[in-house]
Amino acid sequence: MTDWCMVIDLEKCVACQGCSIACRFENNTPAVSPQESKNGRAIRWNDVFPLPLHFAPDQGEYPNVKTHYITRPCMHCKNAPCVKVCPVQATFTDEEGIVHQNYNRCIGCRFCTVACPYGVRYFNWFKPEWEETLAEYRNPDQLSVNGSLEGPAVRPTGVVEKCTYCVHRLAKAREQAKVEGRDFRPDEYVPACVQTCTGKARFFGDLDDPDSTVSQLSKSLRAIHLLEDSGAHPKTLYLAEG
Amino acid sequence: MQQTLNLHDREELIAPLYQFDRKFWTTLAVLIVIIAPGMLLYARQLVVGLGVTDLNRPVFWGAYLVNFIFLIGIAMAGTVISAVLQLLKVNWRRPITRIAESLTVFGLMTAGLQIIMDMGRPDRLVFTLLYGRLQAPLLWDIASLTLYLLTAIFALYLQLIPDIALLRDTSPASAPLWRKKLYTILSLGWTGAKEQWRRLEKAITVVSVFIIPIGISLHTVTSWLFSTTVQPGWKSTILGPYFVVGAIFSGIGLLFIATTFARQYNKHLKEYITETFYTNLGWIFIVMSAVWFYFTLNETLVVVTEQETLEFPVMASKLFGEFAPAFWGMIILMIAATWILVAPKFVSDKPTPNPLFQSATGLVATAISIVIFFLLWLRLPVLAAPGIQSILIIAFVVFLILALLGVTKWMKTRLITSTVIASAFVLFGMWLERWNILLPTLTHARLIPYTTYNPTITEIAVTISTFGILTLMFVVFYKFFPSISIWEVEEGRALESDSTH
Repeated sequence: MTDWCMVIDLEKCVACQGCSIACRFENNTPAVSPQESKNGRAIRWNDVFPLPLHFAPDQGEYPNVKTHYITRPCMHCKNAPCVKVCPVQATFTDEEGIVHQNYNRCIGCRFCTVACPYGVRYFNWFKPEWEETLAEYRNPDQLSVNGSLEGPAVRPTGVVEKCTYCVHRLAKAREQAKVEGRDFRPDEYVPACVQTCTGKARFFGDLDDPDSTVSQLSKSLRAIHLLEDSGAHPKTLYLAEG
Repeated sequence: MQQTLNLHDREELIAPLYQFDRKFWTTLAVLIVIIAPGMLLYARQLVVGLGVTDLNRPVFWGAYLVNFIFLIGIAMAGTVISAVLQLLKVNWRRPITRIAESLTVFGLMTAGLQIIMDMGRPDRLVFTLLYGRLQAPLLWDIASLTLYLLTAIFALYLQLIPDIALLRDTSPASAPLWRKKLYTILSLGWTGAKEQWRRLEKAITVVSVFIIPIGISLHTVTSWLFSTTVQPGWKSTILGPYFVVGAIFSGIGLLFIATTFARQYNKHLKEYITETFYTNLGWIFIVMSAVWFYFTLNETLVVVTEQETLEFPVMASKLFGEFAPAFWGMIILMIAATWILVAPKFVSDKPTPNPLFQSATGLVATAISIVIFFLLWLRLPVLAAPGIQSILIIAFVVFLILALLGVTKWMKTRLITSTVIASAFVLFGMWLERWNILLPTLTHARLIPYTTYNPTITEIAVTISTFGILTLMFVVFYKFFPSISIWEVEEGRALESDSTH
């Protein structure tokens, strides 16, 4: 069984926010006004922010300064706090370890957003809007199986959304393999952020395959999980700055 | 059953049900004016989205959830208290069982309303039944709330049956036909036969036994919404009992206010709801306040002492940070309420020449201490000199003590007024307590910058509207049914006269 995993090498990350932008256009996350963004309503499935976040770190004295940044997709936890609290199974983990979000099921109670220790979940406070002609350039992909609605599909007001490791890309790659009449290989698909990463800091693949890049990297001494103490067993791995 | 309640008594209690006088219509009009803006703004929220509130990331829950916890809290006390007192066969509960039980029903209804108002997709509410996950705490809460509401309505209705039959039999000739029909249907053919009484009392006892665990479960489950997450400030094992204690505490407060409101509305009730009730329930009130302080100390002291990196910033924001006004406001309100309840027990009710115990002294001292408090608060540079500041602080303490002593005697002679003041303090303090549990944790997320939350006009109006709806239900319900349980009072009097013979 495939076990999808993302590895982010913080040593290589230059905090260019390319992943954040690629994700926005791949997944049709609407841009909000600067005022709303200031009010904490911005939606960034893949966020880039400085660490530590709450206490001004000692960044040294000019010119010897250093700032640490982290990029944060969904952790796709094995013991996901969001999945545990969802009252209607709008969010669920599939057998390959991806935490899905079904926009057609979500009742907007926002328990998952409260329960997630990583803050990867976002709520649609208003109807999503795109400026001028931007709406014409939306990604037409969406994942719709048995009445569920996932992936880049335009979200209705009042539901929760989050990073899905680009599940629609996975579905597409599977379809492609099927059409060509061959078996699907785990290296046929990567999420948009991995594809776009400027510093080649992101890796994606099957953790079950001992020869895959992510498996090799997960054995690194620098490999860490974010907020390991939360008990969520996150899957997205970080390679710490040495 | 002896007919110890005479005809005059009955008329006093039943006649007002048919008097749609000016007072009633004015009350109704005022309530609708209070309710309307919130409903209009909620309609706007439905159309535009939850963005009209000040909720944001990470403060995904706000005033609506605070109202929800508060309302199920006040709902809890009514039935649990009346059930406990019923099982213990306490006699002074008789006049207030009806009000207590109806508060439960109305409190739960308005609480359910808050959950729906908080939902991003209220149109998908039915999904909780269709696709409900039994492992999710929110589903336990929905199940518990529904069960408690149904049981509470059942308990209220059981208590009402003999009185509805009485209304059916004694309705005046001028009464509209539909009301007579309504009472006939609702009385379920009650004739007051011995077998009917036996069954009714058995049913009431059974419901009373069941409703206590159901009521406690609702509040415990609500606390689990928070304590089962991994968020700092909520991961507490005593949150369940803390919520239950807070619920009973605030519930008694509302019970006092509702009873007094009913007394003021129909003056005849003063013969039934006497000072004995205020004194006796007042003792339970005092005990709950002590238990509440005990839990609050536990919650605070442990976190302050361990100074864990995630928990402590949350607590610090309550003690010294942006939540300090709400936290210390809550503490001061609770201390004041406890003083109002306890202090009069230590003074005699005879007039005394001692100037310390005059209400004039109390008023003057209160005014002076408030002035000094604001002088200290403002931190004027003139007063910054150490000598002046210490004098001011000492003066503040002295005048505060004088104020507390001065009002004690005044409170002693006005049991009901002072109980209502204490109840109002407790209600407001408990609302702040819910706020202090919910929001500091939400604003201090781990991987999201710290934020603030200031309710918008929508949330404020909806909150006011909610309490308006609660009052409206109360007012309308008691236009149809007597606000004290007539048969229970009759039974109580019969028991009393039995024991004296």
